[in-house]
Amino acid sequence: MTTLLEVRGLRKYFPIRKGLLRRVVGQVRAVDGVSFTIRKGETLALVGESGCGKTTVSRCILRALAPSAGAINFSIGGRTVDLAALKRRQLRPLRRHMQMVFQDPYSSLNPRMVVGDIIGEPLLINGMTDRAERRKRVAELMELVQLPAAYLNRFPHAFSGGQRQRIGIARALALNPELIVADEPVSALDVSVQAQILNLMLDLQDRLQLTYLFVAHDLSVVKHVSDRVAVMYVGRIVELAETEALYNRPLHPYTEALLSAAPTPVPGVASNRIVLEREIADPANPPPGCAFHPRCRHAQDRCRQQTPELEEVEPGRWVSCLRARELSLQGIADPA
Amino acid sequence: MAEPILSVRNLQTQFAAQEGVVHAVDGVDFDVFEGRTLGVVGESGCGKSVTARSILGIVESPGRVVGGQILLRPAKGGAPIDLLTLSPKAMRDIRGPEIALVFQEPMASFSQYYTIGNQITEAIRLHMGMDANAARARAIDLLDMVGVPQPSRRVDEYPFQLSGGLRQRVMIAMALACDPRVLIADEPTTALDVTTQAQILDLLRELQQKRGLAIILITHDMGVIAEMAHDVAVMYLGRAVETGPVGEIFSSPKHPYTRALLRSIPTVLAKPRTRLPTIAGSIPHPFNRPTGCPYHPRCSEIITGLCETAEPPAVGEASREVRCFLHGGRP
Amino acid sequence: MFGFITGRRAPQLSKAERFAVATQLQLTWWRFRRHKLAMISGVVVLLFYGLAIAADFLATTDPHATDARTSYIAPQPIHFFDEDGAFRPYVNGLKGVRDPKTFKLIYTIDPNRRTYLQFFAPGYRYSFLGIETDIHLIGLKNPQRGDGIYILGTDLLGRDLWSRLMVATRVSLTIGLIGVSISLFLGVLLGGVSAIYGGVVDTVIQRVIEVVRSMPTIPLWLGLAAALPNSWSVMQIYFAITIIISLLAWTDLARVVRGKFLSLREEDFVMAAELAGASQGRIIFRHMLPSFASHIIAAVSLALPAMIISETSLSFLGLGLRPPAISWGILLQDAQSIQTLALAPWLLASAVPVILVILAFNFLGDGLRDAADPYG
Repeated sequence: MTTLLEVRGLRKYFPIRKGLLRRVVGQVRAVDGVSFTIRKGETLALVGESGCGKTTVSRCILRALAPSAGAINFSIGGRTVDLAALKRRQLRPLRRHMQMVFQDPYSSLNPRMVVGDIIGEPLLINGMTDRAERRKRVAELMELVQLPAAYLNRFPHAFSGGQRQRIGIARALALNPELIVADEPVSALDVSVQAQILNLMLDLQDRLQLTYLFVAHDLSVVKHVSDRVAVMYVGRIVELAETEALYNRPLHPYTEALLSAAPTPVPGVASNRIVLEREIADPANPPPGCAFHPRCRHAQDRCRQQTPELEEVEPGRWVSCLRARELSLQGIADPA
Repeated sequence: MAEPILSVRNLQTQFAAQEGVVHAVDGVDFDVFEGRTLGVVGESGCGKSVTARSILGIVESPGRVVGGQILLRPAKGGAPIDLLTLSPKAMRDIRGPEIALVFQEPMASFSQYYTIGNQITEAIRLHMGMDANAARARAIDLLDMVGVPQPSRRVDEYPFQLSGGLRQRVMIAMALACDPRVLIADEPTTALDVTTQAQILDLLRELQQKRGLAIILITHDMGVIAEMAHDVAVMYLGRAVETGPVGEIFSSPKHPYTRALLRSIPTVLAKPRTRLPTIAGSIPHPFNRPTGCPYHPRCSEIITGLCETAEPPAVGEASREVRCFLHGGRP
Repeated sequence: MFGFITGRRAPQLSKAERFAVATQLQLTWWRFRRHKLAMISGVVVLLFYGLAIAADFLATTDPHATDARTSYIAPQPIHFFDEDGAFRPYVNGLKGVRDPKTFKLIYTIDPNRRTYLQFFAPGYRYSFLGIETDIHLIGLKNPQRGDGIYILGTDLLGRDLWSRLMVATRVSLTIGLIGVSISLFLGVLLGGVSAIYGGVVDTVIQRVIEVVRSMPTIPLWLGLAAALPNSWSVMQIYFAITIIISLLAWTDLARVVRGKFLSLREEDFVMAAELAGASQGRIIFRHMLPSFASHIIAAVSLALPAMIISETSLSFLGLGLRPPAISWGILLQDAQSIQTLALAPWLLASAVPVILVILAFNFLGDGLRDAADPYG
């Protein structure tokens, strides 16, 4: 498979300003050296808890934020462009190749526009000025996300959360993008609607050969959609692997704890759960060495001093842990 | 089984809006026992939070409890008291010492202008008549009990200085300040990260074992229910469609909604990239509540000609009820 | 359910259907309509502006004409019907009486005399929307020397209060309108620039706003009004006062606009438009401005009464418009002393429209603000 997107050494620091003169007194290292690739047609999930930097990574890739350092190499039509180096104006013609699906189905649709105009806006902006042609394409898109085309003239307030999310997906698909960045697309939805949207995303990927970057905090949801999973903790990727391998045999203690903490709808399995002590580290002031060491039950002295790098310990398995090769961690029990 | 501490019978709460009356809670029954957790589970608009607020008598206007009974068995024994008949003043003596509430969003339930110590001791002094020093000592004990590190320092901090997990711990400490017998936890971990959620759920279980608390746990998350609850009430559009012990609800769900809901939950145990069975359609808007069985437009096992018109009554024994014509109760 | 889209039947929309295709403007209107007090206030405000447009037409007597003999005449009620019940509006005529102590001539109402009225009667000349005319809503049928209609009585100089009040309403209400337009322009421009460019520009504009807001208004007005040359015409003073008032009032609007811009920029739908490649202009004009237009309308309807009050107080204190200009403040100036009020209590009538308009604007603004919030 070919690589669609390569992120190398991505950093995003937010300055902390204080005082009347707004002097910079520190940095929040929201993303601190993240590297990964996304292959064409796959789903890579970016998983982590709040403040781990997963959303910042996705916003940098879409260039809704300007990265502080690093390269974002995106392959379009046989050439590769470093998005991180481009100016706002240069980016505009490239925007159509990557689109976003938002978390909040309410704030992501302009309440003052009808659905037809919302879905048609990207088309209009990118040169489809003929009204009839645009209408036809919008109807196609609505059918694609299983919404009746008759709803074209309705306003967002008339739709349920799930339907709104379908509208958001249709808008993202309007320009036939190569990459869709989905930022927690189902976490604001009810369980019974979540499954509908997840299935829709899987179907669309098969039909349109889409590539997804799926940002989520919920490991259960991620398991249903992703080919590979990258786990983030305090601005860095701690583990990246094929989904099945990562869930069955995690190599990083944080992944292990995260898997163990995920609630499962089976009574009685929670008894031998690993409960992490303390709180997630502060990205403005991360602990020395491995950022996870204060909470890690396998931590040793060297973990407090030496910062581990993300390395490939087995083919396709990347881990950032000094003890990755010695530990044997507990994964998800086989459902069978 | 022992007598329940709290019994809710045919509870009905309505909201009168301009567009019509919303039957937010429409005839809910359940029992809560000492040392056990009742999980109330459902999706948005099912009335689970309004149920909790109705029990505590804090339904927001224009909402109003219009019918039913909420029976609390007094600690000293004797006939149960119907909370709905109490005066607002008498209700204040129930909230705190008898029944306490933990909210979903701890940040919104604290005042930002007082230290957490102030806020905990206020309740203690009000209900338990302690002096300032004794109340402060008790506040520190409570913080220690819920696992707040360095409680004697934290007691003088303001809510914004705490992380989400710590705030929820403080919220629990505050709820437990007056030794309630029933704790209502309304989505206590929804705003938290998974690893923090695991910590808080652990804490709740531990406190229950130590103090014999009866807990009503309100959540949308079947995973949390599986982990925490002893008994379960599944709600849909203001009604408890199925109640029963947690094992039976998960192993042999009876109501088509419960069955469909359980099938549609994503889980870490699934095979990667498997499609989930779904429930058709979406939850109706409260103003467009379907007639008959409220679930019938989405039900795959609908009995045509019956479910659209008649409301299924609860059938089964008291500890295992289901409201569905597939299991009886046909007119 | 969607039969009306394809069918030939006339569109007969269900309630839910109408809701689904309702624009934000319609939703706002539906919500506003439920706000009875605000609806009534809206009508009151419209009536007042109608009155301002037709001020000269509604006036009965030249508001500037003085006559020492008609000083302090009490209000003359209009009688609509004769004794026999026929509709023949008339006012009682006046008679001059010498005060036995002071020998001053006092006009009193003579119940035995009747002066009949006529609609669309000729009177003093004025121009209405560019048309020169002398038609007034009511006037005397066969005016003779000494006859007059003084619905609300007269002031010291014998000027008809009703006519003066009509003209004053026009002046005070338009000062409010023009002033709000100027501060709206400044507010949207500076607030928008502040939010869009940020950085140093934002800091400078925000500091300027803070400085302007921290200035005590009365002394500042005093200074500025005193600086206006005495030789200026009524018109020049009128515009100068308008500008002075709006220079101080734009800061509130600028803050509302800036705040709305900043919060809207964080909305996902704005980001979606940006990711679709929309230009800055499109984002601002298609997505952001429509989203807070309703908030601005509400802010404006709350700023208007403040403007009107400012003008009225300034003129009342003698710092704003000066006679011969006529405004509410100037009319109230006549009612400043207790002695005058004891002699001619009807002069206080000019306070009534001020109170009515200010209350109406406030209720209207509250109603609009509540209705404008789509999810409130």
